[in-house]
Amino acid sequence: MSEPGQDPTTASGIPIARLYTAADLGDPAALDERIGAPGQPPFTRGPYAEMYRRRLWTMRQYAGYGSAEDTNQRFHYLLEQGQTALSVAFDLPTQLGLDSSAPAAKAEVGRVGVAIDTADDMVDLFEGLPLGDLSVNFTINATAPIILAFYLVAAERQGADRSLLAGTLQNDILKEFVARKTFIFPPEPSMRLVGDVVEFCTSEVPRFNPISITGYHAREAGCNTVQELAFTMSDAIAYAELLVDRGLSFDAFAPRFSFHFATTLEIFEEVAKLRAARRLWAQVARDRFGATNPEAMRLRFFSGCSGATLTAQQPLNNVVRSTIQCLGAVLGGAQSIHVMGYDEAMAIPTDEAVTLALRTQQIVAHETGVADTVDPLAGSYFVEALTDELEARATELIGVIDGLGGAVPAIEAGVPQRWIAESAYRSEMAVANLTAVKVGVNAHVEEAEATELRLFELDEMGRDRQLARLDRHLAGRGDVSDALAALSRASRSGQNVMEPLIEAARRGATLGELSDVFRKAFGTHREPSLW
Amino acid sequence: MSFALRDAGCEVIYLGLRSTPAEMMTVALEEDVDVIGASILSGAHLEIACDLIAERSLHRLEHVPVVVGGIVPPRDVERLLKIGVDEVFPAGTAIADVVKRITVLADSRQERP
Repeated sequence: MSEPGQDPTTASGIPIARLYTAADLGDPAALDERIGAPGQPPFTRGPYAEMYRRRLWTMRQYAGYGSAEDTNQRFHYLLEQGQTALSVAFDLPTQLGLDSSAPAAKAEVGRVGVAIDTADDMVDLFEGLPLGDLSVNFTINATAPIILAFYLVAAERQGADRSLLAGTLQNDILKEFVARKTFIFPPEPSMRLVGDVVEFCTSEVPRFNPISITGYHAREAGCNTVQELAFTMSDAIAYAELLVDRGLSFDAFAPRFSFHFATTLEIFEEVAKLRAARRLWAQVARDRFGATNPEAMRLRFFSGCSGATLTAQQPLNNVVRSTIQCLGAVLGGAQSIHVMGYDEAMAIPTDEAVTLALRTQQIVAHETGVADTVDPLAGSYFVEALTDELEARATELIGVIDGLGGAVPAIEAGVPQRWIAESAYRSEMAVANLTAVKVGVNAHVEEAEATELRLFELDEMGRDRQLARLDRHLAGRGDVSDALAALSRASRSGQNVMEPLIEAARRGATLGELSDVFRKAFGTHREPSLW
Repeated sequence: MSFALRDAGCEVIYLGLRSTPAEMMTVALEEDVDVIGASILSGAHLEIACDLIAERSLHRLEHVPVVVGGIVPPRDVERLLKIGVDEVFPAGTAIADVVKRITVLADSRQERP
């Protein structure tokens, strides 16, 4: 919305003209070069030549609660409903390196995701689900090396070859410091662990994406699209520099870099952002890292749509919001998509809400025709102009972060964190001041809410069952002290931690024990007060 | 939230994420605050609210109101009030409303007995 006579702006402050024409796109030959062909650098039109004609995006609903058995049931249910891959949500103790029995874990076991304490839990999580054939996404960061080790042990027990495993480990610690906040160790050793995982997977688990560089959480925390693009690229640059410094070839590891963006309701800006992201990465890869392998310049991404846009008021409206977001992600060329449950402003989703979210993806895929041609919005005066503008603004902001010494020093100084807080406050105030309309919240409000939703209720006995499992596990396993000592030596010496971690996981070491080894070697991080 | 409270003239001591109820009460005691607030998004609000109220008693801060905000389903608002929380701000509460209710609580805070 805007004052009469004044151009409206996108949420990131880009002025929108009344009308776009060919004049907004400049020299046609230069435009052709910027857009290119799908499947070829700079990949503006998509990472693959055939896009959804060859294969639809992966429908990957984020799921997890309670124990491994509880979540295993939901995984089976989702696959029966036509979902095509899995995405694991872990509870906070698992994300923070605490066993379910830790005093600080008490209130949180199994709440926002599944509780995983041991490799045995991971085995049960995938009971009846062949890991050699299924792509699995793990939203895990500070404890990503440990979860990877548990997953590799689970695959081993199923007899699945490491070299066939497909999926994605989030393993993006920088955005944890910026926005998502499940860090454990200080930035420097945290980066080293990211490097160990990517290095290990590049040779040992070659079909697996060992990192998903994520602007999503900064966006959900309140930053705008330009900042989302810049943070994602700057973080990716920091990881790539770390790996190059280890002597690895960019052309060898970068093809397995995966990315993750939000898709909100501003559909044209989102599509333009996703197209600009591909072009930016191709430039970064070529100009900063001298990439010659086109696959190393090709940005592939997952879109998580947007939970922050959902409202507790008139919750069924969220179905409509999610549908538009899903469409935006598809028009932006996503490789995999999660659609939010309409009840997620209030609780983790019920089976019914999850099923409707999956059906939303299926309807967009099969009933709209949107998958029939590649990059259908290309050449739109507006979308191309917006793509150029977002690219230019993000490039400028990447330059600002470069000027601060890159992503790590900028984050240590709290700069992106402050930008996000300021941007989030501006957006909240826009809703409060009625300069932005939010249906059901500040417009078309219903005094008595018509819909009473049945919300998910966690089985409160689940924690006791998990604690009993852990007790049985500890009673039944052998001595793990030498395996933990080997991990400690690797942590302190700089040797890659993955092989000793996998061995300790095989022997039955718990997530808490393994995290404690890292805590002793690396120390822990406490966020300085930024505001 | 802390920006909005500051704009309304409040002094805010934000402890950041993952503060335990005991840590919060220690700071509340040291800083002699008027209101204690916790934002809980994980669904653990009922259990954490019990801990907050228990720790508040241990620190002899019963005269300081406690407020909770976050991802709180409607059914849990009444439960939180029964536990002893003074105000609940589920997702969707207008910021101005939160600021108003917190400042009313702060103004009506009883003096230390």
